Amino acid sequence: MADNIALKAVNGGDTPFEKATVSGPAGPKPRPVVSGRNIIVYGTLFVAAVYYLIPLYVMVVTSLKGMPEIRLGNIFAPPMEITFEPWVKAWATACTGLNCDGLSRGFWNSVRITVPSVVVSIAIASVNGYALANWRFKGSEFFFSVLIIGAFIPYQVMIYPIVIILREIGIYGSLTGLIIVHSIFGMPILTLLFRNYFVSLPEELFKAARVDGAGFWQIFLQIMLPMSLPIFVVAMILQVTGIWNDFLFGVVFTRPDTYPMTVQLNNIVNSVQGVKEYNVNMAATILTGLVPLVVYFVSGRLFVRGIAAGAVKG
Amino acid sequence: MNMNASVSIKDLSLNFGAVSVLKDLNLDINDGEFLVLLGSSGCGKSTLLNCIAGLLDASEGQIFIKGKNVTWEEPKDRGIGMVFQSYALYPQMTVEKNLSFGLRVAKVPQAEIDKRVARASEILQIQPLLKRKPAELSGGQRQRVAIGRALVRDVDVFLFDEPLSNLDAKLRSELRVEIKRLHQSLKNTMIYVTHDQIEALTLADRIAIMKSGIIQQLDDPTTIYNKPRNLFVAGFIGSPSMNFLRGELVKSGDGIAFTANGVNFSLAAYDGYEKLQPGRKVVLGVRPEHIKVNENAGGEEHDATVDIEEPMGADNLLWLKHAGHTMSVRINGARRFNVGAKVKLSFDMALASVFDAESELRL
Repeated sequence: MADNIALKAVNGGDTPFEKATVSGPAGPKPRPVVSGRNIIVYGTLFVAAVYYLIPLYVMVVTSLKGMPEIRLGNIFAPPMEITFEPWVKAWATACTGLNCDGLSRGFWNSVRITVPSVVVSIAIASVNGYALANWRFKGSEFFFSVLIIGAFIPYQVMIYPIVIILREIGIYGSLTGLIIVHSIFGMPILTLLFRNYFVSLPEELFKAARVDGAGFWQIFLQIMLPMSLPIFVVAMILQVTGIWNDFLFGVVFTRPDTYPMTVQLNNIVNSVQGVKEYNVNMAATILTGLVPLVVYFVSGRLFVRGIAAGAVKG
Repeated sequence: MNMNASVSIKDLSLNFGAVSVLKDLNLDINDGEFLVLLGSSGCGKSTLLNCIAGLLDASEGQIFIKGKNVTWEEPKDRGIGMVFQSYALYPQMTVEKNLSFGLRVAKVPQAEIDKRVARASEILQIQPLLKRKPAELSGGQRQRVAIGRALVRDVDVFLFDEPLSNLDAKLRSELRVEIKRLHQSLKNTMIYVTHDQIEALTLADRIAIMKSGIIQQLDDPTTIYNKPRNLFVAGFIGSPSMNFLRGELVKSGDGIAFTANGVNFSLAAYDGYEKLQPGRKVVLGVRPEHIKVNENAGGEEHDATVDIEEPMGADNLLWLKHAGHTMSVRINGARRFNVGAKVKLSFDMALASVFDAESELRL
């Protein structure tokens, strides 16, 4: 305050106080909008975006055209006459083998496969990871190594033995069998994910809970779980997209009436009889890819919020 | 084993694989005592505290709390409360829920929980914070809540694991006083781990100085400071560190003197004088404040040159060159010297320490 008064006096009392009386650079450094660096960065981003968006554009546009228009061959041209018939057909009436109820059957099969698989695998893996991170039981290191090795063995090696195992148990071809397979195969990577997350939580929190008298489940449910929303969202994204997009296990471990959406999509697109209905194929493909897309958009936002909520400094 | 002790540790060893962290440790802590475990990082002090808390299993030996063998007991059954360096508050719970978590787990009736939370928050003056989440508290407030969490559990023994190390200097000294006040009013047994010697000296009834899993000395702060049992303790306690001169004991006249670099120091005033034998290689230790500059108390004087001056406000720290040694001397902050000034030193040998050069033990 005293300084201000002094300055006023110097400036002659009533003249307004002028800022930056000393000449030379002051304030934020001006940054050019167009510079070599900006052109490279934005140029690369633009090219990459276009590269990925053009196929999507072609798919959407084609799925909205009728077959006569498609036969003209202008794949980049916007539809002259927008029709939603291909979408309806892809969803409800396209034929695969004996069934003519489109992708809808596959969609519901996929839901019935994905939801339990995601829930079961995340539930088990989170407890696994928590136990491995906080309760160093006898042989935990060995168990962890075995699990990690499991993550590196190619799936294809294990398919035939698993077919035999499922057959012997009597659940081969059922959704239950596929759900069990998905849950088990998600285990190594999910356990690793959860273990690393729980290891990163302050150890003293766990110790404090133990001194407070909480046991294995109380610490997990009341202390650890509320702090783990971000990692649960990550695990959910991984599992939902992974299981929804799975084709190999779906085609091996189920029967035609329990095929997941991906297998059914393949059967629609690759059917060799009749005319290739590109518009139906495009619509069917977009429909199948819609679920992971929605998961990314919805939970991506949740994910960021989860991180913000969990940002409690120690 | 002392059956009256609040906490008693008997032949405790702890190994992590091939690494031995605690070695045959014995320690009796009296009822109502404030014991500080002091040492640099990796000395095993926190490990010992975790063993007492039951968060680590002992490899060998026993732990007694209030005369009961708790070696195999769960932490909650040991009658201990613990305060951590990082506060370790449950981030998703309000302060109130943080305080009452242990009681809710133990299924204590709600009326009792309310009573104890109210009492603890009154003692620590955190009533206005009860509805807040830990993220909305400052560091000092968080640590208060962490202490409160131990308080509500009505325990016999408080364990502090470097509770003030995450706080800035000003808050640290404030909370230090509060912890001391808390101990004076509660009169619980408290075991406090720190690497900060000021905390140790100010808070402790007794200090246990640890190095490599072994207690080097267990004594009250004054004894630790004035009569360190060995060279390590002497060098660890005190800032700046004690001045050490390596030399030999020689006969001088009819008495014994210490000689180093051809300079003799009379030891007649040393309190362990009768234990000194000529011919022995020893280390003489003198604290910076036990050397007088240009103020002769009547004994011999030594010439020295001022090398560096460090004014620290209340004190002024001089680094002096004396017969080939560099020595630190603490004098009143008002007395200033020019670099290169010639001064006369006199040593207060009654407060010095003489250590055997080989065993490093105090003579």
